[in-house]
Amino acid sequence: MTTDTSQKSAPRASNIAETARRYALFVLLGLMLLGFWWAQPAFINSANLFSILQAVSVVAILGVGVSITMSAGGFDLSVGSVAASAVMAASYAMVVLQLDAVSTFILVLAIGALIGLANGLLIVKVGVPDLLATLSTMFLLAGLQLIPTGGRSITAGMVLPDGSTAKGAYDPAFLLLGRSRLFDIVPLPVVIMAVVAVIALFLMERTRFGRVFYAIGGNETAAHLAGAPTKAYRLAAYIISGTLASLGGLIIASRVGRGDVSAGNSLLLDAVAASLIGFAVLDKRRPHVLGTVLGAIFVGVLLNGLTMLNAPYYTQDFVKGAVLVGALALTFGLGKRKR
Amino acid sequence: MSAPQASIALSVTGIEKSFGPTRALAGADLTVAAGEIVALMGANGAGKSTLVKIISGSYWPDAGTMTLGGKAVAFASPREAKAAGIATVHQATDQAGAAGLTVAENLALDELCGTGPLFVSGRSIRRRARAIAGLIDLDLPMDRDFLDLRPAERQLVAIARAVAAKASVLILDEPTSSLSTAEAERLFALLKRLRAQGMAILYISHRLGDLAAIADRAVVLRGGRIVGAFPRPIDFPAAVAAMIGRPLEAAAHGGEPSTAPIIAALRNVQLIPGAVPFDLDLRSGEVVAITGTLGSGKSRLLRVLFGLDMPHAGTVTLDGKPWHSDGPGRSIAKGVFMVAEDRWQSSLLPPETPGASIAGTIALPHLPRWFPAGIIDATRERLVATDAIRRLGIKARNADATLDQLSGGNQQKVVLARWQAEPCRLLLLDEPFQGVDVGAREDLIAAIRGSQGGSATLIATSDTEEALEVADRILVMRDHTLISADGSEGSLAAAIGGAASASPRKLEP
Repeated sequence: MTTDTSQKSAPRASNIAETARRYALFVLLGLMLLGFWWAQPAFINSANLFSILQAVSVVAILGVGVSITMSAGGFDLSVGSVAASAVMAASYAMVVLQLDAVSTFILVLAIGALIGLANGLLIVKVGVPDLLATLSTMFLLAGLQLIPTGGRSITAGMVLPDGSTAKGAYDPAFLLLGRSRLFDIVPLPVVIMAVVAVIALFLMERTRFGRVFYAIGGNETAAHLAGAPTKAYRLAAYIISGTLASLGGLIIASRVGRGDVSAGNSLLLDAVAASLIGFAVLDKRRPHVLGTVLGAIFVGVLLNGLTMLNAPYYTQDFVKGAVLVGALALTFGLGKRKR
Repeated sequence: MSAPQASIALSVTGIEKSFGPTRALAGADLTVAAGEIVALMGANGAGKSTLVKIISGSYWPDAGTMTLGGKAVAFASPREAKAAGIATVHQATDQAGAAGLTVAENLALDELCGTGPLFVSGRSIRRRARAIAGLIDLDLPMDRDFLDLRPAERQLVAIARAVAAKASVLILDEPTSSLSTAEAERLFALLKRLRAQGMAILYISHRLGDLAAIADRAVVLRGGRIVGAFPRPIDFPAAVAAMIGRPLEAAAHGGEPSTAPIIAALRNVQLIPGAVPFDLDLRSGEVVAITGTLGSGKSRLLRVLFGLDMPHAGTVTLDGKPWHSDGPGRSIAKGVFMVAEDRWQSSLLPPETPGASIAGTIALPHLPRWFPAGIIDATRERLVATDAIRRLGIKARNADATLDQLSGGNQQKVVLARWQAEPCRLLLLDEPFQGVDVGAREDLIAAIRGSQGGSATLIATSDTEEALEVADRILVMRDHTLISADGSEGSLAAAIGGAASASPRKLEP
């Protein structure tokens, strides 16, 4: 026997709860900013805020790629490795192959797109499950990027495996990508992140292409029976993800100025975490671009603030994990919608 | 209340049950005597399954009383009903036992879960299982996994368990819907034996052939009430008339063979290797229904026309031109639309997905046509949806409501509206009235019949009353071929009987 009263009063109560859940992350972000400002006034100056954004830009760009593959029902675990490979590829292109900034840029993006295509073909044509396919690509790339240089980092004047010395160097124009600022204030990576976010947001939320990506993730059979070329879309999702990951790698390379073998170590987990924290933003319960970017910023602000308050570096992963658990509990657990 | 009678095994009186505003049962009365097989007939949404669920303890009635063996009973759970001696074999046979356990373990499951000894060995289970299987002369390999059994075999396992549990009332919900002829006959023989042993059997089906074969009495449920009881020999045309609420002849639309232009023509089409080839013409403005049992090839025919499957042989033309499709994308572009069965699996998106609203659901297949530049104009989507909500009488807050907030009937209306949002040549509907209540079904039928314009509509349904209600012409499919394609009034009843009954297969090549 069900009681009618509980059903009738439920909607009003859940409306309040729903509004609270929708904006929970915004409110928390605001509170956090205020809290850090109060504890450490230097926190809120523009240089620090932009340094936070610069620090999260790569994670946010990778996260956007992850969230697009997730929206199409997939999952790209290879983004971290793709970004790391992009760092090595960019360095190799300039230092060993002596290419200029533009050719390097195009070459590396093309490599990223190709890896995405390979991921997609492995999934769509061969039929390997998404997680397994991208996991194996992740391993493959983690090893592959070490082979051309015999496992060493790439710097100008390095000794190559064949005994000769590399003649090239980082193109100064390339370094501008990571080190220059728009109007002398906004770091270029932040601008790139904003542009990527706006384009992806528009694609995913306002165009029929985004609608189909989500439809495939929601119910692939339904999307197929509604005439959508589902395989092409899933391929496209991985190509976009691979390209964005290599873009992230280019930004790292231009900031660091050398091909560091340990670059991009934590990128995968951070990008995935950003996407998952994004589920809670606006209570969408699904991957979305705005949420991913906000998720990345949220974690960035928290880590930066804690660092300013002298929290030891080794607590960082713990903090990220705690945020992720909280966000997911908010998304899936608390006040679950009644079906 | 009448005095308890020894022969009445089960009696329900004045059962009422509402789900929100929908009244599923409005005072249903039913008795089943020991040693009697009562057929419960009724169209979809008539309240059959609600009544069964109340008797078997899954639902609690809003009003009404129930007696079992003369004693007043009320069940708060299926477990209580089972303990009292009511065994139910549901349509979905995969839930009739536990997958991953062997046949033997499933047969002995009640003892393993409940009152049996604490320690069991494979040998003791098999011994007990053989004893249970022996009750109905069931001969199955005891070590097979339950999941590997065919539906008919799972059903028999469930019946054996019911007999072993000394059930006094056996309820079978659409038991033959997935059985072959031979399997159905075997089931009938078993049911007759159980009847002779004094078991009261409530048999839910709308297959007239089944009922003719075994029912002692047919009781017809419509609109949540018993509207007719037919003792043996059962007057089937009268029973069907009671079921659909009007005389059989009136139910068949048209009657005049259509002379409108042919839209789709099938010639010598063989759906699968070895099937008898058949021809079929679908004319402009015509609604054609195909009935037949599960696995008879109805869905396959629709899938072939939609380009999801290839015919084994034969030709199909659309508007006089050869028709080949490599998939839904091309079919939709050419105006061949299909509403696949099981809407949640085939058509709808989970509620958190963008585009899961009524507007988005309707727009999904038409996005490339409506928004060639790619940018979605939400106003246009909403306009189409608002129009559909008004035209089909969809009960929803507005065009932005998600489908999970709607009743089954309204969900199905949205799915139909999706495919009526653009002009089409051939509309294919696979089981369009699945899980739809009577009122919504009438709206759907009106919408299907009202706006087919210059297109042809082909409906696959295993429910003959649905076919009667919606179609100009009814075809019967068996073994992947059409066995009756004239649709004249005189042959209709015969065709229905033939579709449902276990008549011998004389059309083998």
